[in-house]
Amino acid sequence: MDTDLLIKDLKSIFSDNVIEVAVKNRKRATLTVKPSAVPEIAEHLYKKAGFRFIIASALHTKKGFEIYYHFSNDATGLVLNVHVILDSEKPEIESLSNMFNASNWIEREMHELFGINFLNHPNQEKLISEGNWADGVYPYRKEFKK
Amino acid sequence: MSRKTLIPIGPYHPLQEEPELFKLYCDGEIVRDIKWETGYNHRGIEKLSESKTYDQVFFLVERICGICSTSHPFAFANAVEEIAGIEITDRAKYIRSIIGELERIHSHLLWVGLAGHFLGYNTVFMWAWKYREPVLDLFEMITGNRNSYAMFKVGGVRRDIENSKIESIRKVMSDVKKKTDLLAGAVMDDPVIHARTKGVGILTKQDVMDFAAVGPTARASGVAIDVRKDDPYAAYPLVNWKVITATEGDVFAKAQVRLLEMYESISIIEQCLEGLKKEKEGEINVKVKEIPAGMATGRAEAPRGEVFHFVVSDGSNSPARHKIRAPSYVNIATFRKSCIGQTIADATITLAAVDPCYCCTERLATAYDFDSGEKIMNARELINMSVEKTAEIRKTIR
Repeated sequence: MDTDLLIKDLKSIFSDNVIEVAVKNRKRATLTVKPSAVPEIAEHLYKKAGFRFIIASALHTKKGFEIYYHFSNDATGLVLNVHVILDSEKPEIESLSNMFNASNWIEREMHELFGINFLNHPNQEKLISEGNWADGVYPYRKEFKK
Repeated sequence: MSRKTLIPIGPYHPLQEEPELFKLYCDGEIVRDIKWETGYNHRGIEKLSESKTYDQVFFLVERICGICSTSHPFAFANAVEEIAGIEITDRAKYIRSIIGELERIHSHLLWVGLAGHFLGYNTVFMWAWKYREPVLDLFEMITGNRNSYAMFKVGGVRRDIENSKIESIRKVMSDVKKKTDLLAGAVMDDPVIHARTKGVGILTKQDVMDFAAVGPTARASGVAIDVRKDDPYAAYPLVNWKVITATEGDVFAKAQVRLLEMYESISIIEQCLEGLKKEKEGEINVKVKEIPAGMATGRAEAPRGEVFHFVVSDGSNSPARHKIRAPSYVNIATFRKSCIGQTIADATITLAAVDPCYCCTERLATAYDFDSGEKIMNARELINMSVEKTAEIRKTIR
């Protein structure tokens, strides 16, 4: 499917949940959405639109915790970033790992490095440090001047 | 209750891309469960990258993997050039692709050798590694290093491949092609290898989608994904080649895909060398003033699959955030599907089939009793189990 058509499609299906759309070119687009809509959108992309989950990237910024879920449509070469901004005090979002295994490790990693809580994750144990790191200390968090 | 045995595989070897510990829980001969511990060599490269300038990050990401050391700079360059909107010269594109494909050839040869070793075909091991040497020598000639070539930079490459070198590269390629014929013949026509690898460690198409596996692991299960084709970069859209796939998803299919891919790589290099002749020597760089604020994703097809870099720039001279995903990160997780239900003797080759840089046999396990902790088997014996199984099959076939 053509990129413009696909974005139009997504906008119409998830109209209330889409906050911002940024299409850079035919192969790169970012969709900023409400955190509660991520499972639905991921399900649509994975099961209906033929997307593959690549990985997710977390960032700690002044806005709070941001996650970019990167999806790839290999037929068109499109990388679609589904972007959410989570609360900086209590960052949590529904896990995608019950839908596909691909997000299992990266969600554990984000939990460990950023302290983002993934609700209903099948096994949110530490992935990298295996108990060699203090609880409640998140190495990739930043400190911002208030 | 039957006796449960825990077989640890890993964790550490400097040659491994990602040192990890796999725990195989076995019931007699059969692997019943698999667990892993990762992070033994977590170097915090993503965080380190935030403290380096864009020029320095290339040297950092090059050291993520020792075997496919150019794939990370490749993806990073793609990402940064997308942020800055840089279009590199055709000559630089050809050089980048030549380096990428030479690397694929030496990486696949390394894998074929290791796979042979695990199956008890030490001649294949010796051959493959011997034929890999001329490729490494080529790297030394082109870049000055046998590995970690430091060829890439934002806006182009650091060194030119002078036209005077083209003939010697072509000669090595024609030799490698002959040797690949030899290896492909030895591996693909051998009934014993068929018996050991066909139907072993199968990943279905659905498994590949579920775990989002990439590279030869996915292509061997009939999922024709290849970033070079799907999201073309460097010189790949300028040359003719095809994506190799197989449908079976077993260890044999993975070997077949890698062997046939080497022919494609050789063909790509030959076409790129032709392309180089048409471009003016020395035009390998475009001037880069600054990297503006923005974000971009960069992808490259490494020998093991898609490498993914996500770079956020705040307009300063170093990345504000740099997320890296290596292909083994998703491919290794597929062991949960491919290993469970296999015999221990098949587990070694199934693990190796994903090509997770398992270069060391010594680390490949000491088995001990799950309950008492008593050592019952060492690494050599475990490899021997696999070798003996091959020998048994060989007897029945001959």
